[in-house]
Amino acid sequence: MAAHEILAATNAVVTLDVGIPGIVWPWLVTVNMWAKSIGTGVIFMLFMLLRMYPDSVKNLRLPTAIVAFIFINIFLLFTLADLHQPFRMWHIFVYSSWSSAIAWGSFMASAFLGLLTLLVFLAYKKNNETYDKVLLWSTILAIPVTLYTAALMAQCTARELWQMPAESAQMILAALLAGSATMILLGGNKLSSEAKNTLGVVLGLSALMAFIIYMSEYIFGAMKAEEIAAVIGYIKGDGPYTVMFWLGQWMAYLLPMLFILLSRVSKSESILKLAAILALVGLAIVKHVWLMIPQLLPMS
Amino acid sequence: MQLGFLVDLHLCMGCKGCEIACKVENEVPLSTWRLRVKYVDVGTFPETKRTFTPLRCNHCENAPCERICPVSALHYLDNGIVNIDKERCIGCAGCVMACPYGAIYIDPQTQTADKCTYCAHRVASSMMPACVVACPVQANIFGDLDDPTSNISKYIQANQSNVQVRKPEKGTNPHHYYVNGGNVSLNPLASFRPEGHDLFGKITSKMPVGGHH
Repeated sequence: MAAHEILAATNAVVTLDVGIPGIVWPWLVTVNMWAKSIGTGVIFMLFMLLRMYPDSVKNLRLPTAIVAFIFINIFLLFTLADLHQPFRMWHIFVYSSWSSAIAWGSFMASAFLGLLTLLVFLAYKKNNETYDKVLLWSTILAIPVTLYTAALMAQCTARELWQMPAESAQMILAALLAGSATMILLGGNKLSSEAKNTLGVVLGLSALMAFIIYMSEYIFGAMKAEEIAAVIGYIKGDGPYTVMFWLGQWMAYLLPMLFILLSRVSKSESILKLAAILALVGLAIVKHVWLMIPQLLPMS
Repeated sequence: MQLGFLVDLHLCMGCKGCEIACKVENEVPLSTWRLRVKYVDVGTFPETKRTFTPLRCNHCENAPCERICPVSALHYLDNGIVNIDKERCIGCAGCVMACPYGAIYIDPQTQTADKCTYCAHRVASSMMPACVVACPVQANIFGDLDDPTSNISKYIQANQSNVQVRKPEKGTNPHHYYVNGGNVSLNPLASFRPEGHDLFGKITSKMPVGGHH
């Protein structure tokens, strides 16, 4: 173990103990976070684009609402699938404990889904004026919906790696990254080049900031706490998640930043789309690694 | 009333009687434990010793499991015990992720969270927890921490300079104390865990100690 220094006098080896529980929150939770980032992120992006380029994105009201609706349903479906007693999901709404981020998140996500359903209906009816009013409230609600998972991770006292300030920043950045990437792919020829450039800037900057936060934790985290040092050890050297961690960092952040610069220089829409695809796939890998590694640590 | 536990590690001899008594009393399924005794070997031959550490729920004053549970399945009893309502639990495993002591598991039969309850059902009938009754050397001491005349309060007072809790830095304020514990006993990161040499950890997939035969 990385944090353990073996000295002859203090050499300590666990010779009899039960198996460590292992992974408690599996890949289902990764999909949960990834889909939520897309579902909330596209709403953020549509809200921004409608104010900056109303003519360019006026035809994206319905497709965006449908994409958000689908991905928030995926998020809820995988949340449900991760429960060991999924048919008791209703307990959250009847026996709610307000100290729990899970309870808050369930109510907010349900309300958000309701607003998205309304957006789809209004877009279908082409009632743009009401749509834009509902979109404002959807955008406001999307902020706590995307942040509550950070609060949940922060409530996991056992997982020192997940600190609320960093995780909340990462959740918002993930939503901006996933939202801009999805809108680049969704917009296609409907978007003006200015709108695409703006989305590229959002994608690139959110990738840069997320990468800086991960690298800060990677380099300096171990200097603060023994547990973080042990957890970061799983993504260093020949750690079990080292390859996956760097694959995610390259795919989600480094390559998209590079490709966005290239697309601006060469004015290539294909390179911009490649950056968007890499960011979306890489984000899932990054989220998965960060979810798994604290669960490898023995708690007792 | 604030019930608490104390284990004198100097007395514990690792017989695992408490483990078995807990298993039988609470019908804990195979491959899961509410209470277990961890063995850690310390030193280098011939200067070696073995430590035994019973590990169970710490019934924290500021319990992360109670805070994260979305349906209050984990809740406090008036006597300070952190109890669990398995009928209400939805199996989100938030408590398993939150507990810094690894004391909560998902019961493979009921698919709900479960853990040590200090034998709340026995305590309600004025009986001692099963592990206390089974211990042949009275290493497990259970009682009311609010009562200065209780055995546990007297034990803590008599050993004030030598009473520890696990992971005090987490701010959970455990109501489970150890006397004569050390870093190796109480800090999981202070000892090395070689793969394949733990008796109950996926024994079918691991080689016996000593390698191939």
